[in-house]
Amino acid sequence: MSPSVPLQEMIRAIRSARTQCEERGVIQRECAAIRAQFRQADNGGRSHNLAKLLYVHMLGYPAHFGQMECVRMIASPRYSEKRVGYLGAMMLLDEKQDASLLITNSIKNDLSNSNQYIQSLALCTLACMGSAEMCRDLAPEIDRLLRASNSYIKKKAALCAVHIVRKVHDLGELFTKAARSLLTEKNHGVVHGAVVLITELCERNSETLERFRKTVPDLVQIMKGLVISGYSPDHDVAGISDPFLQVRILRLLRILGRNNEGASDAMNDLLAQVATNTDSTKTVGNAVLYETVLTVLDIKSESGLRVLAVNILGRFLLNNDRNIRYIAMTSLQKIVGTDHNAVQRHRGTIVDCLKDQDASVKRRALDLSLALVSASNIRSMMKELLSFLSSCPPELRSQTASGIFNAAERYAPSQRWHIDTILHVLTTAGGDVRDETVPNLIQLITNTSELHCYTVHKLYRALLSDISQQPLVQVACWCIGEYGDLLLRGECQETEPVQVTEDDVLDVLETVLQSHMSFPSTRGFALTATMKLSTRITENVDRIRSIVSIYGSCIDVELQQRAVEYNALFKKYDHMRAAVLERMPVIEKNSQGHINGETIKESQTVKVKPGEPQQPANQVCDLLDLLGGSEQPLQPSPALGSTAPPMPVSTANTVGGDLLDLLGGLEPTPITPVATVTVYEKDGVTVTLSCEKQSDSGLTVTLTASNSTESDIRGFTLQAAVPKSVQLHMKAPSGDSLPARGAAKVTQMVVLNNPNKVNLKMRLRISYTSQGSAVQDTVQIDSFPGLGQ
Amino acid sequence: MTMRFMLLFSRQGKLRLQKWFTSMSDREKKKIIRDMTTMVLARQPRSCNFMQWKDLKIVYKRYASLYFCLGVESQENELLALEIIHRYVELLDKYFGNVCELDIIFNFEKAYFILDEFLMGGEVQETSKQIVNRSIEASDMLQEVRFTDMHAHTHKCT
Repeated sequence: MSPSVPLQEMIRAIRSARTQCEERGVIQRECAAIRAQFRQADNGGRSHNLAKLLYVHMLGYPAHFGQMECVRMIASPRYSEKRVGYLGAMMLLDEKQDASLLITNSIKNDLSNSNQYIQSLALCTLACMGSAEMCRDLAPEIDRLLRASNSYIKKKAALCAVHIVRKVHDLGELFTKAARSLLTEKNHGVVHGAVVLITELCERNSETLERFRKTVPDLVQIMKGLVISGYSPDHDVAGISDPFLQVRILRLLRILGRNNEGASDAMNDLLAQVATNTDSTKTVGNAVLYETVLTVLDIKSESGLRVLAVNILGRFLLNNDRNIRYIAMTSLQKIVGTDHNAVQRHRGTIVDCLKDQDASVKRRALDLSLALVSASNIRSMMKELLSFLSSCPPELRSQTASGIFNAAERYAPSQRWHIDTILHVLTTAGGDVRDETVPNLIQLITNTSELHCYTVHKLYRALLSDISQQPLVQVACWCIGEYGDLLLRGECQETEPVQVTEDDVLDVLETVLQSHMSFPSTRGFALTATMKLSTRITENVDRIRSIVSIYGSCIDVELQQRAVEYNALFKKYDHMRAAVLERMPVIEKNSQGHINGETIKESQTVKVKPGEPQQPANQVCDLLDLLGGSEQPLQPSPALGSTAPPMPVSTANTVGGDLLDLLGGLEPTPITPVATVTVYEKDGVTVTLSCEKQSDSGLTVTLTASNSTESDIRGFTLQAAVPKSVQLHMKAPSGDSLPARGAAKVTQMVVLNNPNKVNLKMRLRISYTSQGSAVQDTVQIDSFPGLGQ
Repeated sequence: MTMRFMLLFSRQGKLRLQKWFTSMSDREKKKIIRDMTTMVLARQPRSCNFMQWKDLKIVYKRYASLYFCLGVESQENELLALEIIHRYVELLDKYFGNVCELDIIFNFEKAYFILDEFLMGGEVQETSKQIVNRSIEASDMLQEVRFTDMHAHTHKCT
C-alpha cells in the first residue's frame, strides 16, 4: 500500500496546528488549493485532492463544493479515482442532495462492469445512500446479479437488495425467488446475505412469511452443519463456527416459528442442541446462546426447552462479565410477566445485582426487582429496596420511590408496616417522591385509627431530627395538629412515649414555620396544625393566639389569609372553634377528581329538613374554606360531600347534618326546637311560626301547618306580605295536603331580610280546600319569637 | 436496519471515522456525534459496554486510545455487536500490522475501504476474515496499476 503523500502532509500540517484558530487557517488554505485543483483539467492527483477534502469534512468543516467532483471521479475510468469518488459520494452525498441523482447512471454502468471490484463499489454505494428512485431504477439489475454472478458479488447484491426493500417495500416481491435459491449456496457470505434478505422480506410481508416457512428444515440443516462440524479455519471464532451466521439463522427461525406450532416443533431439537452444546466461556459463545434463548422464549417451544432457556439466563446472571449480567436481566424483564415463577427462582441473584457498581446493571436490576415483588416476599424485598434507595444513584431515586410505594400499597402485610415503610422512604428520599404521596399518606394514617398514637410519636421524633424533607415535614405537621393530644398524653402502646410539654410541641411547629428550608405549602401545614392544637391543649392557647396574629401580616398571601381567618375564629367565632377544629373523620378512598365547590352547592340545596337555616350554609362555606383552603390534604369537606353526588336529596341531609354537627355551637339552641308561636288556629287548622336570626338583618321564618280535623285538606297554600323595605323570599312548601288527624305537617320556609331594621310585621293568607269547599283566611303577625320584639 | 451508525473517536472526543447506515441530515449527525462522545467518555472504566439512548442501543468498546461506538436497533444482539466491533479491529490490525490510532488518522480512507468490505447497509457482509483481507489486497493491487485495462482483469474471489 502506497501512502498518499500529499494527503498525509496535509494531515500532518493540520495536526501540528496548536490552536483552533491556526487549524482553521491551515484548512482554509488547503481548501482553497483543493478548489483550484478541482477547476483544473485532469491531473494525476485528483484522488488525493478529494481524499484531502474528505479528511477536512471529517473534522467538521464544510465540504459541499466537493460534491460535483465526486460525481466526476465516479465516472472516471481509473479505479483509484473511482474508489475515492464513491467514498466521497457516501460521505458527502445523501439522497436529499440533488447531485446524488447524477451518479445513478454511473452506478448503473459500473454494475455491469466486468471487474468485480468496480461492481462492488457500485453495489456498496447503492446500499449506503441509494434513494428510492435510484432503487426503483436499479432493482432489476440487482436481481440479475443475485442470480448470475460469482459469490463475491452475490453476497453484496443480497445486502443491496435488503436496502432496496427497506426503501421501496413493494420491490420485495422481485427478490423472493432469488433469495430462496441463494440459501442453497455453500459460500457463507452468500448464505448470510440470503438469510438477512429473507428476514427482511418476512418482516415486511406476512404472506412472504408464510411462503418462507417451508425453508425451516433447510435452515435447521445449515445450522446443524455449523454446530456439529469440525474446526473450519475460515470462519472459526474461539471455537464457534461462524457465529455471525448462526445468530442470523436463529433470528430468522424466531420470526418463522413465532405463533406457529409446526415450525416451532421442527426447530425444537436444534435449539436444544445449540443450547446445550455451545461453549459459553467466551463472549462469542454467549452471543449465540443469548440468541438461542431469545428464540426459544419467543416461539411456541415446549416447556422443557423453556425451562432450559430460563436456566441459561440464570447462569448468565452469575457470570463474572457485567455485560452478560446486563443482558440476562434485560431478557428476564421481558418474560417476567409470562414465566413469573421461573424468574422468581433467580430473585436472590437479581437482588444482589442491585449492589453492582455499574449504573446500567443497577437500573435493570431495579426494574426486575420491582417486577418480582409479591405477597410472599414483600418483607425481604422491601428491606433490599429500602437499602438500595439510600445508596442508589440520584437518577434512579424517584423511580425506586414510586416502585416502593406501589409495592407497599399492593402487598403490605400490615398497616403499621405500611406506614413505617412510607415514613422510611420519606426520610431517605423525601425530595424525590411524587406530589400525591403526602395526601395518600395522610389518608392512610387517618384510616388507621388504632395507630394514631404510634404514628404521631414517630413523626414527632422524625421532625425533631430533621426538618428538611418537605413531604415528611408536611405529614408530620398535619399529624401533630390532628393528634397532638395523644402526644401530650405521654402514653403509647406500640412505641416508647415521649415526655413532652405543650411548649415543646409548639416549639417544633414554630421552628418549621420560621425555617428557611420550609416551602410555603409546608408553612401552611404548620400554621394550620398550630391552630388545631388550640383545641387540643389547655394552657398555652395564648401562645397560639399570638403566633396566629403575627402571621396575619405575613408577606406570603396564603399564610396571611389563613392567619387572618384563624384570628377571626379566635375573636368572633370562638364558640365555633372547638367544633371547627375537631378531629377529622375517616377519609373516603375515592375522593379523586372531586371538587370542593360541588359539596358547597349540595349543602345549599338542602331545603327539606325543618329548622335548617340557609344562612348557616353560607357560613359553612366560609368554614369549608377554612378547612379546605387550597390544600389538597385537608380533604374532609370533599370527603363528606363525596357521599352527596350519588344521592343528592337524602344524603344531603347527612351532609347538612354533619355540617351542623361541626357547627354545633352555631346558635345557642341548635337543632333542638326553636321557640314556636301559634299564629293561626281555626277549624282544626293550626299554623305555627318559628324564626331564627341569621345575621343583623337576616331572618328565617318557618311556618308549620297541621290539620286536626277528621278530613283531609287539599291545596293548602300560604301567602305572605311584609312591609316595603323588607325583602321576602318564600321557599317551596313541603307539600300542599294536610292529612286528617295531624298525621303529617306541611312546612314552609320564608327568608326575610330587614336591612333598615323596621318594625317587622307579616300578613299571612291561608287558603285550602276542605270537604269540597275552599277556605281562605288572613292573619297578621306583629311579633316574632326569639327576636326580642 | 440493524446498525444505524458506527463512530470511532479518541479519548479527547476527536472523531476518527464516521459511518452512517441510514440517511440523516448533517445536523442530526452532528448531534449524535456530540451525544455519543459525551455519553461514552463519561462512563466509568469497568462498566457495562451497553447503554440505552433514545430508541437505540449503544454498544461501545475501547481499544487503546480509540473508542468504537455502534448504534444498533433495539432487537439487535448486543453481544454479537461487540463481536462485530472486535472483528473490525482484527481486520484493521491485520491490514496495518499492529494498528494504532495514528494509522487510522493518516490512512482514514483505507479504514473506510476495509469497513466497506466487512459491513454493508447496516449488516455484516462477509463473515470470513481471510476473504475480507484478500479482497482488500486485490483492490489495492488494482489501484496500483496506473492505467488499468478494465476488461482484462476478471478476478474470481471466493
